[in-house]
Amino acid sequence: MGGFTEVNLAEFLGILPEILVLLWATLLLALDLFLPGGIPRRSMSLLSAGGLLIVALVTVLMRPAEPQVILGGMVRNDLFLTVFRLIFLLAAALTCLVSVDFRPLRAGSEYYVLVMFAAVAMSLMVGADNILMLYLATESASFTLYLLAGVQRGDRLSAEAGLKYFVFGAVTSTTMLFGLSLFFGLSGGQLSYKAIASALSQPELRLPFTLAALLVLVGFAFKTSAVPFQFWAPDVYQGAPSPVAGFISTASKAAGFGILLRFFFNAMPPGVSEASLSWVWLMQPIAILTMTVGSLLAVVQSNVKRMLAYSSVAQAGYVFVGVTAMALGALNRAEALAAVIFYLATYMLTNIVAFAVLGVVEQRVGGSDFQHFNGLARRAPYLALGMAASMLSLLGAPPMVGFAAKVIIFREAIGVDLVPLVAIGIVNVLISVAYYLNVVRAMYVERAETESPLFVPSTLGSVVMIVAVGLVVLTFASEPFWGLALEAARAFLRS
Amino acid sequence: MDATSFVTFLSAALFVIGALGVLLRRSALLIFMSVELMLNAANLAFVTFAHRWGQLDGQVTVFFIMTIAAAEVAVGLALIVTIFRTKRSTSVDELAQLRG
Repeated sequence: MGGFTEVNLAEFLGILPEILVLLWATLLLALDLFLPGGIPRRSMSLLSAGGLLIVALVTVLMRPAEPQVILGGMVRNDLFLTVFRLIFLLAAALTCLVSVDFRPLRAGSEYYVLVMFAAVAMSLMVGADNILMLYLATESASFTLYLLAGVQRGDRLSAEAGLKYFVFGAVTSTTMLFGLSLFFGLSGGQLSYKAIASALSQPELRLPFTLAALLVLVGFAFKTSAVPFQFWAPDVYQGAPSPVAGFISTASKAAGFGILLRFFFNAMPPGVSEASLSWVWLMQPIAILTMTVGSLLAVVQSNVKRMLAYSSVAQAGYVFVGVTAMALGALNRAEALAAVIFYLATYMLTNIVAFAVLGVVEQRVGGSDFQHFNGLARRAPYLALGMAASMLSLLGAPPMVGFAAKVIIFREAIGVDLVPLVAIGIVNVLISVAYYLNVVRAMYVERAETESPLFVPSTLGSVVMIVAVGLVVLTFASEPFWGLALEAARAFLRS
Repeated sequence: MDATSFVTFLSAALFVIGALGVLLRRSALLIFMSVELMLNAANLAFVTFAHRWGQLDGQVTVFFIMTIAAAEVAVGLALIVTIFRTKRSTSVDELAQLRG
């Protein structure tokens, strides 16, 4: 901003995907209100998912060739944003599809509308090029997610999860806001990332800038569930309905990494001034702690939902390895960023499948402990196959796409001489064999008390199978997706 | 000490008081009020800096933050009411069913 710039109507085309999703969600909400009897839940889920997928297509068709800053400096529309939009839209569509048969979720159509609103807010988070937009989008995304976590009416655990998520989220985002207010003051009253970057070089402001960066990092660490702000994750994931936990652990985490990368690389670019070192130096310890704490705590869990929560903390740690490589290395920055994007996208597909299967086991078998998975291979062979594919991909075993994603991240880290960090990462992958294969063992080796076939809802079953097959196919057809990630990374760095 | 640094330190003090309230209070409602105090500390900082640099952007930002805070109240109170319905209490010590 800094002087009002006239907004051209054509600039709104840059946020067309968000506008379309918002209109579609509002329309569905209104129809549900005014149609006698409302929209049936199954149609509501299909309509939401269909709308999201069509908008994903629009996003691909309308991808910007050149990065452009639009709407008075509020949003930066580039290929990086396009890729994240696709991640959010796909995650929201899959969440809508797997939610419809999740019986404990007695929510009406507002559930699907909230998922769509969350996708819009997350896109704007990653698109933000301005402190004000960053805060507004982050809070909009958080509010919808707090409500989604507590959406299971009458369920104590869901209500508790919602309130816990809310309290931790409100405190960390307010801490972030205070840090942002310091940035505003230190940059001479500027809100845009670029203006902050140009104020960085004053040596006497190094300490205040460091303090402000730390406060802002608190908010980002909460969103990405990085240690030491990971403690909310297991409680919230366990209490929230399974499809919502899948959505929070993937889309919200990807959005957290999106704003972290955008804010720090644009407002405090590494190598420009001493003040940037504050966050650059913190990335490696955060990566080490997040990986290690996540995998060590996942090993001791007896509940698969909590295990998946700690596993998602560990997965965030691997992404931080890529962020570290990006912050410390100057030459292969685009490749490291592409590795981060690729990892986030594959992790999104994998984890949503895991939570979808978990939701079925939770409601049909009666719990989410390891023993509830016993003999699942005989009772629901396709579901077990989908879960096994997801577990192997999270572990990073070939031929799953998780293997390719991990190899690329570690390769980029070795490229900037982060050998100890990669060694710690590999040790953590070895630890994670214990808990991921434990699920597979329960499904394929253990015997259940009853061998009666488990009813698998058709929508959920087909979504799980399609994505599971995709996890293998992607490994061998990763070239176009890797190319897209690389292009997105180059667009990000061109700013 | 000039006015800007004085008010900046005041807002930092407000922020710390709010943060301590969040850590020490056991009632969800009082934690919630402490978060509002932290939000207002940020508001005060934005207004101070906007005055110091003669940039209205900061003042406008405060309006947005106040709106966000109102939305936060709506969401937060809804969740607190849900909790109160199932547990008849708003103490965060009661939020201990999820652990392990």
